[in-house]
Amino acid sequence: MTLLLAATKVDMTVFVVASVIVLSGAIGVVIARNPVHSALMLVMTLFGIAVLFVAQDAQFLAAVQVIVYAGAIVVLFLFVIMLLGVDREENLGLEELRAQRPVAFLLGVIALAEIILLGRGADWVSGASSVAGRSQNETANVETLARSIFTRYLLAFEATSILLVIAVVGAVVLARRLSPSTPSREDQQ
Amino acid sequence: MTVDAGAYLTVAAALFTIGAVGLLIRRNVLVMFMCVELMLNAVNLTFVTYARELNDIGGQSLVFFVLVVAAAEVVVGLGIIVSIFRRRVEATADDLHELSG
Amino acid sequence: MIDAAWLIPAFPLTGFVLLVLFGRRLGDPAAGWLATAMTGLSFLVTAGVFVDLLSMEHAARHATVDVFSWIPVGGLSVEVAFLIDPLSITMALFVTGVGALIHLYSVGYMHGDGRYPTFFVYLNLFVFSMLMLVLADNFLLSFLGWEGVGACSYLLISFWFTRETAASAGKKAFVTNRIGDFGFMIAMFLIFSAFGTLTYSGVLPHAEELTKGTATAIALLLFLGAAGKSAQLPLYVWLPDAMEGPTPVSALIHAATMVTAGVYLMVRVAPILELAPTAMTIIACVGAATALFAATIACAQNDIKRVLAYSTISQLGYMFLAVGSGAYVAAIFHMVTHAFFKALMFLGAGSVIHGLHDEQDMKRMGNLRKYMPITWVTFMIGWLAIAGVPPFAGFWSKDEILLGAWNKSPILWFVGLFTALLTAYYMTRQVRLVFYGDDRWQQAEHPAPAVADPELSHAEPVAPNGHGPSEHADPHESPPTMWIPLVVLAVLSVVGGVINLPFSHDTEHLLRWLEPVLGEEAIHLFDGNKIVLALIAIAASLIGLAIGWFAWRTADRPELEPEPLRRAWYIDPLYQAIIARPGQALADLSSWVDRNVVDGAVNGIAVAFREGGGQLRRLQTGYVRNYALGVAAGTVALLAWFYMRAG
Repeated sequence: MTLLLAATKVDMTVFVVASVIVLSGAIGVVIARNPVHSALMLVMTLFGIAVLFVAQDAQFLAAVQVIVYAGAIVVLFLFVIMLLGVDREENLGLEELRAQRPVAFLLGVIALAEIILLGRGADWVSGASSVAGRSQNETANVETLARSIFTRYLLAFEATSILLVIAVVGAVVLARRLSPSTPSREDQQ
Repeated sequence: MTVDAGAYLTVAAALFTIGAVGLLIRRNVLVMFMCVELMLNAVNLTFVTYARELNDIGGQSLVFFVLVVAAAEVVVGLGIIVSIFRRRVEATADDLHELSG
Repeated sequence: MIDAAWLIPAFPLTGFVLLVLFGRRLGDPAAGWLATAMTGLSFLVTAGVFVDLLSMEHAARHATVDVFSWIPVGGLSVEVAFLIDPLSITMALFVTGVGALIHLYSVGYMHGDGRYPTFFVYLNLFVFSMLMLVLADNFLLSFLGWEGVGACSYLLISFWFTRETAASAGKKAFVTNRIGDFGFMIAMFLIFSAFGTLTYSGVLPHAEELTKGTATAIALLLFLGAAGKSAQLPLYVWLPDAMEGPTPVSALIHAATMVTAGVYLMVRVAPILELAPTAMTIIACVGAATALFAATIACAQNDIKRVLAYSTISQLGYMFLAVGSGAYVAAIFHMVTHAFFKALMFLGAGSVIHGLHDEQDMKRMGNLRKYMPITWVTFMIGWLAIAGVPPFAGFWSKDEILLGAWNKSPILWFVGLFTALLTAYYMTRQVRLVFYGDDRWQQAEHPAPAVADPELSHAEPVAPNGHGPSEHADPHESPPTMWIPLVVLAVLSVVGGVINLPFSHDTEHLLRWLEPVLGEEAIHLFDGNKIVLALIAIAASLIGLAIGWFAWRTADRPELEPEPLRRAWYIDPLYQAIIARPGQALADLSSWVDRNVVDGAVNGIAVAFREGGGQLRRLQTGYVRNYALGVAAGTVALLAWFYMRAG
């Protein structure tokens, strides 16, 4: 990890603190018994990620991350938790499926080790640079990003907008209760 | 001199693994979903790191789209969960296992 | 007429086909007459061919009549063709002649049987097969006939197959024959590999080309076949049991024709035998031993047909003794005369059985000369013939054989002589028990004789005349269809010796007749020796006859019937123990292997798949999280692969 020593002290401190927040939040998500606690730990992770975005000169994304992810998505999660009442505490001690836990841990450790080994063996970063345009230039990050999205990746942008519409319609359709005259889907079960 | 890309990528990898393990371990459907979000965030971090290292705005654009899709996915997924688990409160991911051999 | 020689087997074949198709409709007795007519026509054609052959030049008396090409395959080319020479015509003459007489006899004998037409189907098929055997011009076609007669023998022995003893006897005959057939087949392979052809005309003239070893092998293998077919040691065991069949079958197949096939075969390959003196000695010894062995057993049998069966084995032993001694003509001579008198006696026995309503135990007969005169007289003639009393046919032929044996070895001659004595003795015993003495059949609830005969297979069952053995009504003479053949055969038994009287070369008709085939007879004895030996033979016969006559004035002489003789030297139980049981064990083992190893392997594959599938099935737990674990494991593996490639 000589990489870290080459950086300036501030950068390194920011990085370390943010990383700790991220990882501990993640672990918290996994470990927390109460789903509400999991959601809150998720928010912590997302904030940490946002910090790391800023450190990487992706300011716009950091903002979007906080607004959309932490502000909307996690709130949505909490709504559903409250709505359905699945905030009962899950009994983490009981694992019905045999060997699920040990194997899962084992696989996680191996996967992490593999990724790190793969990276260390060669350069972490390789590939052509600036294929889609430079990310670090005189213009602001937002402008650069906007230019990329609305010109080069316009089609993808339009597609995602349609996707959003579909998602909304789908959610409404899936979750509606039908009027009392016609039996609802779940009443038919 | 900023922190080396390798560090960021390591953090992202660790985050991803934690998300994956969490997905495998937890039974509560919503917590499983949150673990998926963790994995998506790890990927986002990786993309941003590469955007900086390769000096390519394409990485950040991709993160943008991932974010949008993740949002859509959460919407639909929660809709499904709501419609399934409306009745059953104690429902977990383990309750549907009739399709066994 | 020679070119029409193919008609000889064609007639019985036609009879066979017609009876298969229409036999049931023809019924009793039309089917029988058709079969007899076919055989009779065959005899007429044979006689015609014989006459034709006589008109030919002495040394050139042979012809080949081609019918069609049977197996033209690569290096092997086998024709269906007939070799017409003195030897084959002699055989054909008495096969068709005696065969026709027995067909005639059967018309009356089988009257009333439920499967009357079927009987004649088999009989005609048999005659056809036998004719193929003797007329064939190559080994393979002969073998076809060989197998055919074996099959017909099986069918006819077990004709009344609802009786377990009959069915078993048929199987026993077939299986024992098969052992012999194996020898025949191996011999054919050797012949083909040595000569490249299987025709007699291609093999026998070139016999000198064989090495001594090969010749001995071929000779002994063919003798193995002959031993099976002609009931020599150790393959004779089927013949006594074959008496389960109807009496005409015993007469035709097991006295006159099928059992002589072995002798014919050995005589036919005489050129090969000449090259293998060791083989000839073995054949002679086996023949002599069989003759003696069977004669001893015949002395203590109570079933009228069994005595004749063992007698047949014994006489066949004589024929092989002759073959082994190089006296081929004597063998053929005895074959012909034996056909006459043995068929005669079998038919006579059938007549007795028929007259007493299916009684076969001689101890329950007696004094039948009063009631069945024709049968009595003809049987007496047969008796004198077989006992070797001049001037009846049997004496001349047996004497020839004894002379040949003397030439080979005095020991063999002595065995033959002693057997002749025994033959005279047991035949006299039979005559006394059946035709003389008290009317033992009249003692209705008679107590069993002091010595019960365990070998006695009880009489032909319900079928033939519908009478059971318990109804001993008056014995009566048989109908004309039955006694006419008896008379004909009796006449032949009297005058049959004429064909080869030894007084001078001119009277030795058979010898001269068979010369083109067998070459000059190699036996030359001083006339003085010949007469002395003949006188000794006559004396032996008369002694045996006298002993039998006086010893058997009463029927109950247990001291003359020791247990081992009555039990046929316990050969059957011996075979059962050393062959049948290990064979059965081997079959059981094979069955076990088949079920568990072979089927087990096949089933095992199925089971393996099923069990494997069952184990794999456990992967499908139904839990999504387990499947996610699978995905994760796959990912880890993929990463590992990348690492391997990168590293």
